[in-house]
Amino acid sequence: MRIQLIRYAHARSGDKGDTANVGVIARKPEYYPLLVKYLTAERVAEHFAGICMGRVERFELPNLCALNFLLHESLGGGGTKSLKNDAQGKTLSSVMLRMELDLDDTP
Amino acid sequence: MRPSIRIASGQGFWGDLLNAPVDQVRKGPIDYLVMDYLAEVTMSILQKQKLKDPALGYARDLVPLIAEILPDIVSRGIRVITNGGGVNPVACRDALFDVARQKGIHGLKIGVVRGDDILLNVDELMASGATLANMETEAPLSSIRNRLISANVYFGAAPIVEALQQGAHIVITGRTTDTGLTLAPMIHEFGWSMNDWDRLASGTIAGHILECGAQASGGNFLADWKSVPDLAHVGFPIAEAFPDGTFVITKHHGTGGLVSEATVKEQLLYELGDPTSYITPDCVADFTTIRLEGTSPDHVRVWGIKGSPATEFYKVSMAYHDGYTAVGTLTYAWPDAVTKARAADRILRIRLADLGLSYEEIRTELLGLDSCFGPRSVEIADPNEVVLRIGVRGQNRDAVERFGREIAPLVLTGPPSVTGFAGGRPKPSEVVAYWPALIRKSLVSPIVETATL
Repeated sequence: MRIQLIRYAHARSGDKGDTANVGVIARKPEYYPLLVKYLTAERVAEHFAGICMGRVERFELPNLCALNFLLHESLGGGGTKSLKNDAQGKTLSSVMLRMELDLDDTP
Repeated sequence: MRPSIRIASGQGFWGDLLNAPVDQVRKGPIDYLVMDYLAEVTMSILQKQKLKDPALGYARDLVPLIAEILPDIVSRGIRVITNGGGVNPVACRDALFDVARQKGIHGLKIGVVRGDDILLNVDELMASGATLANMETEAPLSSIRNRLISANVYFGAAPIVEALQQGAHIVITGRTTDTGLTLAPMIHEFGWSMNDWDRLASGTIAGHILECGAQASGGNFLADWKSVPDLAHVGFPIAEAFPDGTFVITKHHGTGGLVSEATVKEQLLYELGDPTSYITPDCVADFTTIRLEGTSPDHVRVWGIKGSPATEFYKVSMAYHDGYTAVGTLTYAWPDAVTKARAADRILRIRLADLGLSYEEIRTELLGLDSCFGPRSVEIADPNEVVLRIGVRGQNRDAVERFGREIAPLVLTGPPSVTGFAGGRPKPSEVVAYWPALIRKSLVSPIVETATL
């Protein structure tokens, strides 16, 4: 089945220089394994193609049922250099949650 | 020892709700008020202000704020800790002493933490072996040395603790970590040792939760923002800390907003890197050890945090000139708003090229259509309006200035049904680029001074 991430997770994003971080948190503990399985660094890199020009790193926080992603080279240079309306990546959480995932399992 | 202390977040950044610290002081019990004013580019702005006037260079919002709350904090024994001293904490202290004089308050003790500003010592430090190379790109500082605007070491909780131990009612620092502001009173009150890594990590993580103000108490809450009550009167977060390192995130009774497991989790993930290695001058905190539980409405208990030894380095935040930018906007209306905006963008780019102007980057976004989602934007059929937003960046100020002069003519020389050109030509603004580096702790020392009025 195909799901949209926003139903199963919430998120917050921010900046460190030209790197954006997007923290993705499972809305219920039982959704966390789905995030671990399907929301891979590769899938996120594919979704952010054209936005993230560098690599994507993923970190797991099972204690918070959350994943943290670092999207390198995503903010048009970052800081006052960036010409982006969203130079700090504040809305990349929304971009992440709009993602659709094809699941083998039923959540 | 007190059984617990209540540390209140008063500001999440310079420009945050002016009344938030006043509410924290007046709407319920607190022991400490902590206020973070310094973003990475803030130091360079303050350095420029200080160049123009040696009595400036600190967060000037602090002066009217302290004037407002000084009688309350004195009568109730609330202590204030802030990094709003910027690049001139001594001038900030003197301004606050003036306020106290005007209010007829005697015996006020203010602690100042300085020594973080190494702008004038950079060459000397490099001669002593500091490379100050860019910690992300590894480029040597020599590549931007002559464009440097500010250079500040991030100190941690230790010098703030020293000021508190000297009896300061108000502690004003230069560049200290946001987390150190919250950790320091815990170390001071509970007598934690500076190598009790688990407790230091707990206080650090409490600081991370408080450092962005209401982002932990219902602001910018993506999980379910509609359920947050009365954001108009949002209560800023408070950490009630206990000697064993446990703390409870809460807010004053009767204020708006929400403190829940979800609001705290969102803030924990904010601006996080590797969660197992959150490095501060005080310790290395492990976010994967955090346990949390909502215990009652607007109370979230946090415990179980593990830490490890601090590194031998301080982070240094430097800023340097890197050219100019200008950004202009125009609004196009139905029909074919998007097509018109794109045509205007093409026309402008042709005119700039005809003038022989070139830039490091020209960026076009259509607000209402694609500025947030970029290539992931969803098609919208013939919207009512879009805002064309074009920005340029380059080292040549004249070229950037000329771009600003070429935007307005589009109103009469481009596609129709266009408006929104108010506020004059976009002016070039300086790019202040960020240069993060590391320096051995042995090379720099914080200076702590307390003075009594």
